[in-house]
Amino acid sequence: VEIRWDWIVEHLDDIALAVWQHILLTAVPLAIGFAISLGLAIWAMRKPWVYGPVTTITGILYTIPSLAAFALLVPVFGFSLLTALIPMTSYTLLILFRNNVAGFQAVPREVLEAADGMGYRSRERLLRVELPLAVPLMFAGLRLAAVTLIGLATVVSILGSTYGGLGQLITDGLQTFFPTKYVLGGVLSVALALVVDVVFVRIERIATPWARAHSEQAAPA
Amino acid sequence: MNEAIGWLTDPATWQGQTGIPWRLVEHLAMVGVSILAATLIALPVGLWIGHTGRGANIAINIANIGRAIPSYAVIVIILPFSLAVSRDLGLNVIPTFLAMVLLAIPPILVNAYAGLREVDRDLVEAARGQGLRERQILTGVEVPLAAPVIVGGFRTAVLNVIATATIGAVLGFGGLGRFILDGRAKGIVGMGELIGGAVLVSVIAVGVDLLLAFVQRTLARRADPQLARAHGLRELSELPLPPGLP
Repeated sequence: VEIRWDWIVEHLDDIALAVWQHILLTAVPLAIGFAISLGLAIWAMRKPWVYGPVTTITGILYTIPSLAAFALLVPVFGFSLLTALIPMTSYTLLILFRNNVAGFQAVPREVLEAADGMGYRSRERLLRVELPLAVPLMFAGLRLAAVTLIGLATVVSILGSTYGGLGQLITDGLQTFFPTKYVLGGVLSVALALVVDVVFVRIERIATPWARAHSEQAAPA
Repeated sequence: MNEAIGWLTDPATWQGQTGIPWRLVEHLAMVGVSILAATLIALPVGLWIGHTGRGANIAINIANIGRAIPSYAVIVIILPFSLAVSRDLGLNVIPTFLAMVLLAIPPILVNAYAGLREVDRDLVEAARGQGLRERQILTGVEVPLAAPVIVGGFRTAVLNVIATATIGAVLGFGGLGRFILDGRAKGIVGMGELIGGAVLVSVIAVGVDLLLAFVQRTLARRADPQLARAHGLRELSELPLPPGLP
């Protein structure tokens, strides 16, 4: 294998841009997916019957292979950014929904009763008591979803050439028979996934000092 | 959508080595062989770690690294090496196949470990007290009780592998991903093939997953009918990694 280091050095700007695009391509669906799944989880906590249908539907969405999911949206949205973002968002829902629910369920009953006894209204209780206590398990879900998304973001480049990111380096490299480019794209994707995994663990530790004891626990994956 | 139906109902779509039946066989053969290879590696190791409790950290680390691997990236990292080995197979089969095996190992290994760890230790001690050998305890007590979780690992592995085989089409591997890529390459004319191929892949993936979910549910009912009832069968049908694993 011959890696052309001179090419890498000359194109550091483009490579940095690809990494940045990849991070955006991951962060946007993660944020939207989290907002949706948080809403669904709160709904499922109020109305337990919601849990079954939501896991079934998000489970099916999760089962569809990534390349097929992107291809299915091509007739609707063409090769636009929406074609990439919609399936990527839908992939996060199963993971995030389950972990958000698990997070809420992990809040001890006595704590809820104590909050009620102190006169918290349900919205206050949700924001000040339940959400903070659910954070560790929610974070475990976010971490898993983020890492999954980094992999998915590489796949979108197979169908289009406008999404950018590290997948673009891979696909362009393959099309021009230029190993340096596609190997670099591959290595950086794996590295980014590992780094993001570690970063999430760190943030979680810092954000929830009270939950040290729980930080080893993870969520149903 | 009309284009997709047109493509799917065209007799030519179903014939020869570029037809759906042949591509389906290619896809499923690749899935089957890679799962088999991954099982031969991952299952004994996972069962051993679960049974002895030794090397649990290894299992947890493999789980973490395993799910951090983007499949497309792994394929192209392997590519230059496999090209050096063989120009033909090195391009269309080896990289995709190796990536599939690599991606199937972590879920099978981790669920085998996690499933065994979940089995009530008192039961295992009781079996030991009755004079059962370690091997008998493993095959007679632990594996049957852990079976739903172990199958859950296979479910995840099969899911990963079906998706990866689809991506393999980029390098010229056959399988159902071929239709998506060929349809894409043909532009507007290929729209039916692109969508039809995507529908096929999705139906296969969801179908196989439902089948494995059914196996899992049946095993769960057999392993512990009371537990299965208590959890509600729907929950058990999608038994995730037990909490406690990172």
